[in-house]
Amino acid sequence: MSVSTGADGIKDVVTPLSDADVTSLKAGDRVRISGVIYTARDAAHGRLLPLIEKGEPLPIDVKGQIIYYTGPSPARPGSVIGSVGPTTASRMDKFTPALLALGLKGTIGKGYRGQPVKEALRQHTGVYFGAIGGAGAVLSEFVKSATVVAYEDLGTEAIRRLEVDGFPAIVLYDCHGGDLYQDGQKVYAREDG
Amino acid sequence: MREVHVSAIADAVKKLCMDANWSLEPDMLRAFDRALGTERSAAGKQVLTILKQNAEMARTRRIPYCQDTGMVICFVELGQDVHVTGGALYDAINEGVRHGYQEGYLRASIVRSPFDRVNTGDNTPAVIHVDVVPGATLKIMLMAKGGGCENRSKYTMLTPAAGLPGVKDFVVECVKTAGPDACPPLILGVGVGGTFEKAAILSKKALFRELGSPNPDSTLDALERELLARANRLGIGPQGYGGDTTSFGIHILSYPCHITSLPVAVTIECHAHRHKEVTL
Ligand code: SF4
Repeated sequence: MSVSTGADGIKDVVTPLSDADVTSLKAGDRVRISGVIYTARDAAHGRLLPLIEKGEPLPIDVKGQIIYYTGPSPARPGSVIGSVGPTTASRMDKFTPALLALGLKGTIGKGYRGQPVKEALRQHTGVYFGAIGGAGAVLSEFVKSATVVAYEDLGTEAIRRLEVDGFPAIVLYDCHGGDLYQDGQKVYAREDG
Repeated sequence: MREVHVSAIADAVKKLCMDANWSLEPDMLRAFDRALGTERSAAGKQVLTILKQNAEMARTRRIPYCQDTGMVICFVELGQDVHVTGGALYDAINEGVRHGYQEGYLRASIVRSPFDRVNTGDNTPAVIHVDVVPGATLKIMLMAKGGGCENRSKYTMLTPAAGLPGVKDFVVECVKTAGPDACPPLILGVGVGGTFEKAAILSKKALFRELGSPNPDSTLDALERELLARANRLGIGPQGYGGDTTSFGIHILSYPCHITSLPVAVTIECHAHRHKEVTL
């Protein structure tokens, strides 16, 4: 198992993830992610999709992995990375079901996702994590190394391999249909507009 | 005629770009503190606390508050007794953006064409609005505008019969559809009246007013307060995790309009509200 619960109630998640790991995560769980994760956003996904459609190998093996939707700012000399918070995940909705079908286990982003993604999370046992949008400076602290592994010409949108240690996130959508946004917001909604 | 050299403009813009991305303005920091006093949700409070830490870390380490360092929007108030020398005003502003983003380790997020989408590599060009005003000073109001929130901005042309209730419902609807994608707590700039493009420009300009300050027009001020209360009853909360702080403020500007029209534009701005200004 690469998911265990710490003394503070926060779940420690170590990549790569198995189906059993993903099944144990529930919407609303706070997590600390450690190990290797990959960055990819709009442009990189745009290049991955034709490869998937043609059945060609991808530049990264997504099996058991987590993709973080982010485009970091440039690192200052001597730093590993610049600011590195999540971007809006729904722009990647078009690509996510196909990647989950290939064995991708998790994505990290912000914002609502469409029904096809929710269904694909159930069908392929995947999880959608949220990181705090706009907290890129704080989040950079948890990145221990960053290496471009594909599409260097895309600059900030290249695919990077990040080694993270205790990267803080929360389970937004789990593989059982759980949705933190729905659960959280209905507690505080006082009027429908 | 007072002369202002383009190099002074480029230097000022460069500094504004870096400062805006590294150091949130005091009005934003006060908004975090105010919200921490009223927010009931534990998850919401935690988000606000982390965002305050993020602001502090960005300022002290001179790294951007958010990795999306935005598209630069400049509102320039050019005194009619100012003579810009040594080159073109627009080039000087873009020169400042280029240096600010490259030397400040800020992300290049602009593509040269919406169709071929090739990154310009230096975050130019900026979106520039110039107003000619009386006087002999040149004021530059600069905003680094994030994409995630901008993408949730909206425009509608209401009928005069839809009236004030129609305007209110549209603004609240915008907060709802923005949701967590736009990184709440949000700030809304609302432009009502004018024409299609005038309303949109007003909605951007409205964001430059100090957060938490009253609207100088008492009718609009009352409307802002009512809309803010409604927005914060939606329950979306910080990051959309549920809570009371969905919006930090709603700023409205209005303009006369045609007898047939009621244009309403809403610019959605996130908590990474990076705005700075300078007068030369
Ligand atoms: S919406 Fe704002 S805080 Fe969120 S990622 Fe974009 S610029 Fe950053």
